[in-house]
Amino acid sequence: MDELDGNEAAGLLQEVFGREMTVAAATCASCGTVAPIGEGRLYTGGPGTVIRCRTCVAVLVVITQVRGRYCVDLMGIRALDMPPGNMAPGGA
Amino acid sequence: MEGTAVPGRLTWQVATVTAVTQETPSVRTIGLGVPSWPGHRAGQHLDVRLTAEDGYSAERSYSIASAAGEPVAITVERLADGEVSPYLTEDLQVGDQLEIRGPVGGYFVWETADGGPLLLVGGGSGIVPLRAILRQREHSGSDVPVKLLYSARALSELIYRDELDGYHYGVEITYTLTREQPAGWTGYARRVDRALLAEIAWPAGKDPLAYVCGPTNFVETVAGALVALGYEPGRVKTERFGGTGGR
Repeated sequence: MDELDGNEAAGLLQEVFGREMTVAAATCASCGTVAPIGEGRLYTGGPGTVIRCRTCVAVLVVITQVRGRYCVDLMGIRALDMPPGNMAPGGA
Repeated sequence: MEGTAVPGRLTWQVATVTAVTQETPSVRTIGLGVPSWPGHRAGQHLDVRLTAEDGYSAERSYSIASAAGEPVAITVERLADGEVSPYLTEDLQVGDQLEIRGPVGGYFVWETADGGPLLLVGGGSGIVPLRAILRQREHSGSDVPVKLLYSARALSELIYRDELDGYHYGVEITYTLTREQPAGWTGYARRVDRALLAEIAWPAGKDPLAYVCGPTNFVETVAGALVALGYEPGRVKTERFGGTGGR
């Protein structure tokens, strides 16, 4: 399956979280690496969208959509450090 | 949902193609008129959604090719087995409409206040967000010194060549053609690696800010080499695109 860049999930993440998320620093629950979500490995070919840790390839985020409802699994993220503000699509 | 964009909300809207520029045989820049565009920053993306008559839809994320304040444009490379890029690069014409949303992303972004010195390293169509950064610098009157290293397979595959050659003050551009070089080519003809970066890039002591965009392997090699050369990892921003899915 093709591996894409976490930055390409920016639109979906913003739709789900209501704010820019690719700059948020995620701590991988498996290996402890701290990196922006945009640095992750993105997979969109399967059912749902998967973002994996760039270092250890463990799953960080799974987003699926069932009948218009989003299901978000963040089990692979131990901590999420979000910079303040930046709510608008254009950023601030 | 497709109506007027609510400020702060990310909504799909219909854009109209205002210009089409053939950059290389397989790459096009598409100018877009967007009714409610909140403005973007250099390096941000927008999402394009194509919907077939049977309702099947495909979404792709593209780097915005223009600077903040400029009309929205994307530059798209045709991928032979792509679902979206063949339509965008071959069929789409001025006056056609496209569903888009954006801008999105905030990681691979440069604003004038971020300063430099800037090291921009692009492989293939990875030049697109770097071009937005260069235009941003130019438009804002910034004098941040820039070094751009641009790797492509052949001269005919260099995107924005004329525009890039027009930069002079404070912008130093190095090309490397990895597969095919024209007769008399005096530039580099090798892949970007640590040795080439050691030769060309700002020394780490200048505390440079690096943006690296290209195919995954290219980005891994360059980012790893820059860190090995002493660049601070947090000041090496990366954006990768995969073999066939993204663009």
